[in-house]
Amino acid sequence: MTANIDMSALAVFIFFFVLVTAMGFFASRWRRAESLDHLDEWGLGGRKFGTWVTWFLVGGDFYTAYTVIAVPALVYAIGAYGFFALPYTIIVYPLVFAVMPLLWKAAKERGYVTAGDVVRGTYGSRALELAVASTGVIATMPYIALQLIGMEVAIKALGLTGEMPIILAFLVLALYTYSSGLRAPALIAFVKDIMIYIVVLAAIIVVPSKLGGYSAVFSAADAAFEAKGKGGILLDPSQLVPYVTLALGSALAAFMYPHTLTGIFASSGANTIRKNAVLLPAYTLLLGLLALLGYMGHAAGLQLQSNNDVVPTLFKTLFPGWFAGFAFSAIAIGALVPAAVMSIGAANLFTRNFWKVWVNPEVTPAGEAQVAKITSMLVKVGALLAILMLPTQFALDLQLLGGLWILQTLPALVFGLYTGWFRAPALLAGWAAGFTGGSALVWSDGLKPLHALAFDGITVSVYTGLLALALNVVVAVVVNLVVPAKETADDRLAVAEAE
Amino acid sequence: MIRLLLLAPYIGLLWVPFYNFEEPKLFGFPFFYWYQLAWVPLTSLITYVVYRSVRHDG
Repeated sequence: MTANIDMSALAVFIFFFVLVTAMGFFASRWRRAESLDHLDEWGLGGRKFGTWVTWFLVGGDFYTAYTVIAVPALVYAIGAYGFFALPYTIIVYPLVFAVMPLLWKAAKERGYVTAGDVVRGTYGSRALELAVASTGVIATMPYIALQLIGMEVAIKALGLTGEMPIILAFLVLALYTYSSGLRAPALIAFVKDIMIYIVVLAAIIVVPSKLGGYSAVFSAADAAFEAKGKGGILLDPSQLVPYVTLALGSALAAFMYPHTLTGIFASSGANTIRKNAVLLPAYTLLLGLLALLGYMGHAAGLQLQSNNDVVPTLFKTLFPGWFAGFAFSAIAIGALVPAAVMSIGAANLFTRNFWKVWVNPEVTPAGEAQVAKITSMLVKVGALLAILMLPTQFALDLQLLGGLWILQTLPALVFGLYTGWFRAPALLAGWAAGFTGGSALVWSDGLKPLHALAFDGITVSVYTGLLALALNVVVAVVVNLVVPAKETADDRLAVAEAE
Repeated sequence: MIRLLLLAPYIGLLWVPFYNFEEPKLFGFPFFYWYQLAWVPLTSLITYVVYRSVRHDG
């Protein structure tokens, strides 16, 4: 890739960046609350986002900038296997439809802001609350770092070099998130999502017409994999189980993350969430088509230094400069929305489930909002430093582990909606087993997400996160059976809080 | 009972032998691709049908 700066592309980029920055600061006045000095306002936008705002916000926050870069890159590198993101982002929605309205109702009735609040309110256990909340924070940190990587790729594609542009972009983001809270990404998401839709639609219509149609795109990819001797446009028999277990495990984990839960809790009602479960798959269609850009990279015969360059190089090669600039702006802005929501989600967890519990139980609502604002800043600065100072692979590995970790909070967060059978010590033991056992397996497999299991001489690779979840549930059931139910201090706390 | 329809996408997508082949193609897309893409609107539709059937409690 050349380092030449295309002025028209740069001008488009600067225009959109200035636009969303203005929107970010203006957002504090949007649907103005009496005061932003309350975590329900700063951190959840007042819990009144309707169907469309929620659609843009959750869509903008779940389908991240890194997705736009990484999914086509994976498909470019290995083919069909990279498509697991498609079944994953389909089967996640029936789950959202069934579970999330119940969680929203519990949150609204009892004023929960975070997953930690839900767990404390349900089981009255400080220990379980701390486990769930800290899992949320550490799983989110590398995810924010990945958004920076996505943004870096887009900025580099514009020909801008050095670290200043990304530092500047992130500081601006930190400032308006500080002042506007969740309203900022909610408002910016409109711009970001519409831009991404335009970019992907243009790509899937224009690119195949320049490359001889979809048949030609698929044959070119097939030929490239054949020549490489690796990958293919269909799954190899050994990839079947990894494909479905990654899809299922990712779907179960997806809405356990603080940023997705924040989008859910911020919506105006259970029905808003149900309608979104019907409407959000529109983004999945987009993602599926976007993934095909990986194959178009083969059809266009791109020479790449890194797989992550497939999307930017494709746009540079096949589109005029200004439109390439538009596409890179969409990706860079696409990083701002999830990064903001993630830092808000992590800040909410820290404030509600750590600061308020262990540091200052007497904190006022205004004090909570202040702590969260500062934390959101620190979280972003931390992610920025991590990207500037540590190898990129470090963030990728941590992100992989983060998915496994966050999945271990599912039993504590979700089971209580359906049954009162499980008690806190059992869920805590399950969480600990899944978390440590799963991390140990990933570590022993050389930081790969798949673990090989042998049955009767047949070896199957399974997504380690699912194995860890199975261990988690088994341990929780066994401990619940073995440890006698007695009135513990935690139970008394729960009763006291309920009253 | 109608809620059980929500399980259909799991069955349709998590059993890969249903769709891991090239033919029949549609608009140049091998079956593997258009089958999975077709599940997107289908899942929306199923969820919508279930949505219509649940009690709307806010």
